[in-house]
Amino acid sequence: MTNAELVPFVLGNVNGSGTLAQVRRVVICAGTGCMANGAMKVFEQFKREITNSGLRVILELRPEAAGDEVRLSKSGCQGFCQMGPLVSVLPDGILYTKVRSEDVAEIVQQTLAGGNVVERLLYKDPSTRKSCRGLEDNPFYSRQNRLVLHECGFLDPEDIHEYILHGGYQAARKAFVEMSPEEICKTITDSGLRGRGGGGFPTGRKWDAARVQNSTKKYVICNGDEGDPGAFMNRSVMEGNPHSVIEGLMIAARAIGATETLVYVRAEYPLAVERMRRAVADAEREGILGKNVFGTGLPVKCEVMEGAGAFVCGEETAMIASIEGQRGMPRPKPPFPAQSGLWGKPTIINNVETLAHVSRILNVGPEAFRSIGTKDSPGTKTFALTGHVANTGLVEVPFGTTLREIVLNIGGGVTDDAGKIWKTGFKAVQIGGPSGGCLTEEHLDLPLAYESLRSVGAMVGSGGLVAMNQGTCMVSIARFFMEFTQRESCGKCVLCREGTKQLLALLDDVIEGRADAGTIDLLEKLGHAVQAGSLCGLGKTAPNPVLSTLRYFRKEYEEHIFEKRCRTGRCKALLRPEINQLKCKGCGLCIKACPTQAITGEKTKPHHIDPELCIKCGACATACKIHAVEGI
Amino acid sequence: MASMPIAVDRAEKVDRAEKFEKVCSILNRFGRRPSGLIPILQAIQHEYHYLPEEVLTYVATSLDVPPARIFGVATFYAHFALEPKGKHVIRICDGTACHVKQSLPVLNALHKKLGTSEKNKTTPDMMFTVETVACLGACGLAPVVVIDEQVYGQITPERAVGLVDDIKAMETLLENAIPPAAEQPSAEDCHD
Repeated sequence: MTNAELVPFVLGNVNGSGTLAQVRRVVICAGTGCMANGAMKVFEQFKREITNSGLRVILELRPEAAGDEVRLSKSGCQGFCQMGPLVSVLPDGILYTKVRSEDVAEIVQQTLAGGNVVERLLYKDPSTRKSCRGLEDNPFYSRQNRLVLHECGFLDPEDIHEYILHGGYQAARKAFVEMSPEEICKTITDSGLRGRGGGGFPTGRKWDAARVQNSTKKYVICNGDEGDPGAFMNRSVMEGNPHSVIEGLMIAARAIGATETLVYVRAEYPLAVERMRRAVADAEREGILGKNVFGTGLPVKCEVMEGAGAFVCGEETAMIASIEGQRGMPRPKPPFPAQSGLWGKPTIINNVETLAHVSRILNVGPEAFRSIGTKDSPGTKTFALTGHVANTGLVEVPFGTTLREIVLNIGGGVTDDAGKIWKTGFKAVQIGGPSGGCLTEEHLDLPLAYESLRSVGAMVGSGGLVAMNQGTCMVSIARFFMEFTQRESCGKCVLCREGTKQLLALLDDVIEGRADAGTIDLLEKLGHAVQAGSLCGLGKTAPNPVLSTLRYFRKEYEEHIFEKRCRTGRCKALLRPEINQLKCKGCGLCIKACPTQAITGEKTKPHHIDPELCIKCGACATACKIHAVEGI
Repeated sequence: MASMPIAVDRAEKVDRAEKFEKVCSILNRFGRRPSGLIPILQAIQHEYHYLPEEVLTYVATSLDVPPARIFGVATFYAHFALEPKGKHVIRICDGTACHVKQSLPVLNALHKKLGTSEKNKTTPDMMFTVETVACLGACGLAPVVVIDEQVYGQITPERAVGLVDDIKAMETLLENAIPPAAEQPSAEDCHD
């Protein structure tokens, strides 16, 4: 029996996964990160080497397997992108990192044929220097609770049969055949699932609001416009388990009585677009999507639309405008999309991660879902952990987990610019991207949840977590986000359009040494005005990075303004390079290196820098062998 | 037009006819509905690598909407380019993760190398376009540069400049090779 033949059998039988034989599997991560590092070359090399070694390669699951068969498959993003390409050997549970095609022969010989582990390809914990054999002893994975992401690193995202054989589309079937729309909404409401896109609105209530609308046409949209720079949770789910998103969409469609669904994917994610399109086509071919879903006579259609590069389109009403072929500008709410959305019809828009939770809730029940996480924020949340940490990647943990656990334990600690562990280097974490705020050392033990974060001036947002070390200038970070939101402001609301521009100019004043005593006050006043005077989430949250850094790093602003000094040395305009008169031996190397002839001095006597001529390029500091140039 | 030599005029007409034939087939594919404007513009850009002004005017007439609306949409979204791009498009990710891991020095090194700037993104010989992009979602590899769809992770200013040199060398080889030689290996081996 091939996969395709197994499918009808499994779809009628909840315990379908019991029929699968335990074949030895080699899973190669084919997420964007690993692909960029050459995962496909590794995959091809495995195919050749396994064949050469006399073992039989199979590329499809089979109900019965012979002892000499090895199943080679690709998976979606396993979330440990920095260490890619990742290769797992199952059921042995070995995880190899940074595998190159040259290493493949050794893995086939040693592990597949010999049953041994290739030590040098194992992951080494940077803080303990211990090798980790697999997921269980790897702190990056063992401390997580991967529910949404679990299948991303295991299933072949391009094989619908694999998804079905592992219990996929059972929840959709249940929703269509056994449950009424009211029951579905109630189950989701009872589970306490909240929108993973940022706002945290209860999903069940949103669905109910659309369900009670009296309209022959309703829409469900999946928001895959993950514009938050530094976050890639949705990309990984769409790439790694696209069918879980489609299943969630189908359940949502059934719950509100919609017949048309749409996935709006960010254009910067070509692989996610491709895999979602393929998943939709496969689901149509299998008769899962189509005119008669699970024999109920109900139709469900699904379309995949590629965005065109506008951050504001992550906002519900702007996204609707974009789908309708307009400029992506938000409009006032109410009416809410659940009442009047796409083409004026009731529409619900859910984030990718929210939808990926839905099928699991129907399968395990709302109580089981609630048993993880906190009372007000149940379930797990995926965070994209990046920046100055040893292990960057996707982290899925229950709500209520502390920042310390995520950054220092799962992330393996803060690093310096060269990537070495820096024990005392932790400075801040930016959470929620350009709409969020920063968290500092005092928040390391704060349980992360919707309410707790709001109380400290940050937000869960989509889940980007960027760790920053002591060498990061917080004013520059605030400026970075302000530049982003200023560029992405659609221009509809005056306070957002002009206010972000002025905020940016004020931050430039701080960074370039023009600011005075009134600047901080002005930044705060203007920040609050932009929040109050903007229609959509972009403007309402745009000043957050500034206000939050002002709250926790006011001293750094004051140093920039009153002492004209940046403690990290990142703000070039504030640099005052000087030659240490005691250290300088007068060798003349700096004089040769200086492009503007700003350095003068006799040989063997200490040199001087003329601040008028100096362009602060740092060439003298690089040239000096005894580090006598200071302040740059 | 009237002052142009007839031959040129005719050649241009043929060219124009061909151009609009492609646009027509794209318009037909999307059912000539104004609601499908964004996918239509995406398909046109895919075909021409940018959105030529006369094509946009043509689209406006065909969809029976004011040209202002088409231009409004085309200028709103970052992905639509109203100017032609270079043969090789270099995109530097300036998402948060790449930014804190020093993506700006990479951008500056490339601008310096190619003589481009934030305003003039394309080299005069139409060979390279250098642009930044908000986030490519490959934050684990930060900082990231994408050259003609190939992703390079953990890039340094030196390596970025080296990649440009590789492309330039390849282009010179291609130019000098008569008859055109088989495609040269790209800078594939440079990523690790």
